[in-house]
Amino acid sequence: MLAVRTEEFIGKNAVETANPLVAYKKVSKAFGEVKVIRDLDFNVSPGEKVAIIGPSGSGKTTLIRLLMTLEEPTSGVIEINGEPLWHKEVKGKLVKADEKHLHKMRGQIGMVFQQFNLFPHMTVLRNCTEAPVNVLGMSRKEAEERAKAMLAKVGLENKLDSYPAQLSGGQQQRVAIARALVMRPKVMLFDEPTSALDPELVGEVLDVIREIAEEGEMAMILVTHEMEFAKDVADRIVFTDGGKIVEQGDPKEIFENPKSERLQSFLKRMRS
Amino acid sequence: MSIWSWSYTFEVFPIIFDALWITLAATITAYVLAMVLGLVLAILRRSAFKPLTWIVIGLSEFIRATPPLVQLFFVFYVLPFYGISLSPFVAGTLALGVHYSTYCAEIYRSGIDSVPRGQWEAATSLNFSSTQKWRKIILPQAIPPIIPMLGNYLISMFKDTPILSAITVVETLQAAKIAGSASFRYLEPFTIVGVLFLLLSYPSALLIKKLEVKLNRRSLGKKDKKLKEKGVAA
Repeated sequence: MLAVRTEEFIGKNAVETANPLVAYKKVSKAFGEVKVIRDLDFNVSPGEKVAIIGPSGSGKTTLIRLLMTLEEPTSGVIEINGEPLWHKEVKGKLVKADEKHLHKMRGQIGMVFQQFNLFPHMTVLRNCTEAPVNVLGMSRKEAEERAKAMLAKVGLENKLDSYPAQLSGGQQQRVAIARALVMRPKVMLFDEPTSALDPELVGEVLDVIREIAEEGEMAMILVTHEMEFAKDVADRIVFTDGGKIVEQGDPKEIFENPKSERLQSFLKRMRS
Repeated sequence: MSIWSWSYTFEVFPIIFDALWITLAATITAYVLAMVLGLVLAILRRSAFKPLTWIVIGLSEFIRATPPLVQLFFVFYVLPFYGISLSPFVAGTLALGVHYSTYCAEIYRSGIDSVPRGQWEAATSLNFSSTQKWRKIILPQAIPPIIPMLGNYLISMFKDTPILSAITVVETLQAAKIAGSASFRYLEPFTIVGVLFLLLSYPSALLIKKLEVKLNRRSLGKKDKKLKEKGVAA
């Protein structure tokens, strides 16, 4: 069977998401000569949970790093609620945005990293209150209340005064999730959140992410290698390869009835 | 050949000892300047605005490649022709501080570079402003490990203050020289200067060594704990 063209799937997706929260429009990203993302169109609806799967080097991590403003697109526009993220409209023309604009837009996005990236010189509680106090301008008391509630949600209410180095990898990642949640983003990005964990610690982190996903309101983009988890949690699976979306759709459909050859062989490799 | 005279030693000691305050004041002033300016240079060097980075690098290389004494003479003897007249003490501490700031900047840079990129990214993802990132996230991690190295520069600068005598600052060496030329006896005054420097530098060096061990142990302790936790979990 011939590989099904990408455009058909994008067309289908565009109908489903009339008012997308996040929209990538012809986005490309190159590192020097290497094109990591190619003319990518991709939407996420408010509250939607999207899992991105694909072979390593397929651009899936870069895809979400562009949204977190950690990488700047080489071309194309990314919009959040219809407003360009990396650009500003000046006299009807899109120009590169300044830090002030990025700061405003970034408040809607949160991210959990593969390597946790907790601040090692701060306690768990401080890790979760520093940004609300300094960025959102909350009082310390208010921020601590919110942080404690989030830490309770990830099951770490008894570790408030520990330092990251005193925690296991799984605990650190749960703190990192709480830290991002405290900022109440509209869309939360997970960059292979369990890849750096010992196998026995993966479950506790996935459970926390699943719980957050079930709460609903916040959109999530998950880059993951945990296929069962992706199938379970996501509303939609996106398969990327070579910097493009090759196939996307309902999890059941993607895993049980993959259409493109590349997805078929990818799934075969993952299963073996 | 002159023979050591204790009575002369006791006579000149108070004069030289008094000048020690000038040495210490010059050291501390120049050191504070070097610390602050060094940090500014280190941060500017990381600026995204490339021309600024080049200017900072060029300037630092130039300052490091020329002798501090030449810089000192320049500030004290040349600047007045351009309307900038500084007192010997101010000119001396300024020149010494600026000279050492370029070395301090390198140390800060090593500290800043050792903070993992993930820390910057996490700070960006939480929407900290650029200033907040430096103050709350990066510098608190970059500075503790380099404290011993910065401390070593304090001792180096302390030992370099005698060059200020070249522009008539009456610090310990200059005081000893004046005392010596009044009596044509140099053995005792210069010996006193040497001993005073030794008495202050050596214990300070030991103190810094101790601090270094303590800081190392602290970071090692953290790792031990982490390993233990992992063991328990596994």
